[in-house]
Amino acid sequence: MEFFQNVLDILTKYYPYLLEGLGYTMLIALTGTILGLLIGLITGIVKTVPLSKRGGVRFLQKLINFIISCYVEIFRGTPMMVQSMVIFWGYAFMNGGETLPLIPAGIFIVSINTGAYMTEIVRGGIISVDKGQFEGAYSVGMTHTQAMTNVIIPQVMRNILPSVSNEFVINIKDTSVLNVIGVMELYFMANKIQMMTWNIFETYLIICVIYFIMTFSVTRILRVVEKKLAGSDSYTICGSQSDPDAEIHVKKEEKVFG
Amino acid sequence: MMESVISLKNLKKSFDNREILKGIDLEIKKNEVVSVIGSSGSGKSTMLRCINLLEDVTSGDICFYGKSVTGGDIDINDYRSKIVMVFQQFNLFNNMTVLDNCVRPQTVVLKRSKEEAKANALKYLKKVGMAEYINARPAQLSGGMKQRVAIARALSMNPEVILFDEPTSALDPEMVGEVLDVMRSLAGEGLTMIVVTHEMAFARDVSDRVIFIDEGVICEEGNPKEFFASPKTERAKAFLSRFLQ
Ligand SMILES: Nc1ncnc2c1ncn2[C@@H]1O[C@H](COP(=O)(O)OP(=O)(O)O)[C@@H](O)[C@H]1O
Ligand SMILES: [Mg+2]
Repeated sequence: MEFFQNVLDILTKYYPYLLEGLGYTMLIALTGTILGLLIGLITGIVKTVPLSKRGGVRFLQKLINFIISCYVEIFRGTPMMVQSMVIFWGYAFMNGGETLPLIPAGIFIVSINTGAYMTEIVRGGIISVDKGQFEGAYSVGMTHTQAMTNVIIPQVMRNILPSVSNEFVINIKDTSVLNVIGVMELYFMANKIQMMTWNIFETYLIICVIYFIMTFSVTRILRVVEKKLAGSDSYTICGSQSDPDAEIHVKKEEKVFG
Repeated sequence: MMESVISLKNLKKSFDNREILKGIDLEIKKNEVVSVIGSSGSGKSTMLRCINLLEDVTSGDICFYGKSVTGGDIDINDYRSKIVMVFQQFNLFNNMTVLDNCVRPQTVVLKRSKEEAKANALKYLKKVGMAEYINARPAQLSGGMKQRVAIARALSMNPEVILFDEPTSALDPEMVGEVLDVMRSLAGEGLTMIVVTHEMAFARDVSDRVIFIDEGVICEEGNPKEFFASPKTERAKAFLSRFLQ
């Protein structure tokens, strides 16, 4: 059959293109998600700092929060494909036609776009931590920074992990828009193969399957990681009344005692 | 006369223009155990939270060994580490084990070494009967156990005063006793305590002084035996009759 022959031909002749594209897609999606998370952590944490009582500091805080809100709204409210063009060609415009190197440009665009979404994810994660956790920390004398690093952020990280995984999966798919500036990710490579073979349907079907395998396996892997990080559900009781060296292993989260 | 550890001077607190504390004057002496009683909504928690600076005071003053803590010229976190609070809802750190709950505040706030903090934490966890559960997480414990860990966390800071805000009100009845036992032994050892409570037997038998708050003012205060035997004000009488029937 012609269809299977074409698919086989593409896979055998052009697999280096597919592999390279796949590699860049994963590289950009992964680093973009991690850097986006870092951006979101900074902006989300800054946004939730309690307003100072001193007028000057308070004004500065409000100004910074306003700037962060603008960033979030603009990057969430416009298509990443358009953002790619504006950033890439905007840089060229301001630098006398000199363009950014493609892969770093792609990572930059995905990071800054993801950062906007992560800001809201992190902020929501912080707000949803029980107020009592902050008060418990303050009441023994922790500063806001100490409370955040020791008590709040570890809980936030655990709570937002599913949303972060979700952003990663979205990024695997959405890096395809970077083809508009010529980044050699998977979609761009398919475009190249298709022009050489004219087997348009077969080529895009192949990368469709590759995208699905990537997102599907990443989703499964991250789910396992989430389970692991959800904390061990067992602990050991050290010593008992009768035998000080006894170790009793207790399983399950729920209330075990009382 | 002995110096006061904490003194409230005409303390007032409003939320959205609604005055909750209407001028509280109170002196807490060293080694004193003071029970604070009163109906729900009378402002007891608000008073404790003001002392711990979890709420800004609207007017009046709070002094710690005679020095104002509301003016901004003291280290708030240093002050808080000396007058720690035990909450109705425990507020243990959910991301930490029982041991870490008691160790981390010491290493972070008091800059104690890990070893010193751990030894200290174990001492107090043993005292509240929770040394066997150092590896457990708060979610794995019963309410009574959580509250005992919270008390151990407070004690690990070696504070001057512990503020208790209805420490047994969120507990199932069968667990109230274990927490009150711990508090009773602390009182016996001379710890300075301010205890907001609905446990009238505790207030009567354990405390040195009882404060009855009603609608944001101290309505009556005095020796617990006398107060419970013969309250002087009508409002205290009404409150007690509702409680002791
Ligand atoms: N953060 C707050 N904002 C607005 N009102 C509050 C706040 N905290 C407490 N209140 C009000 O103050 C009053 C006294 O509350 P509280 O001190 O908790 O009483 P108690 O502890 O004696 O039961 C209540 O009417 C409560 O609704
Ligand atoms: Mg209360």
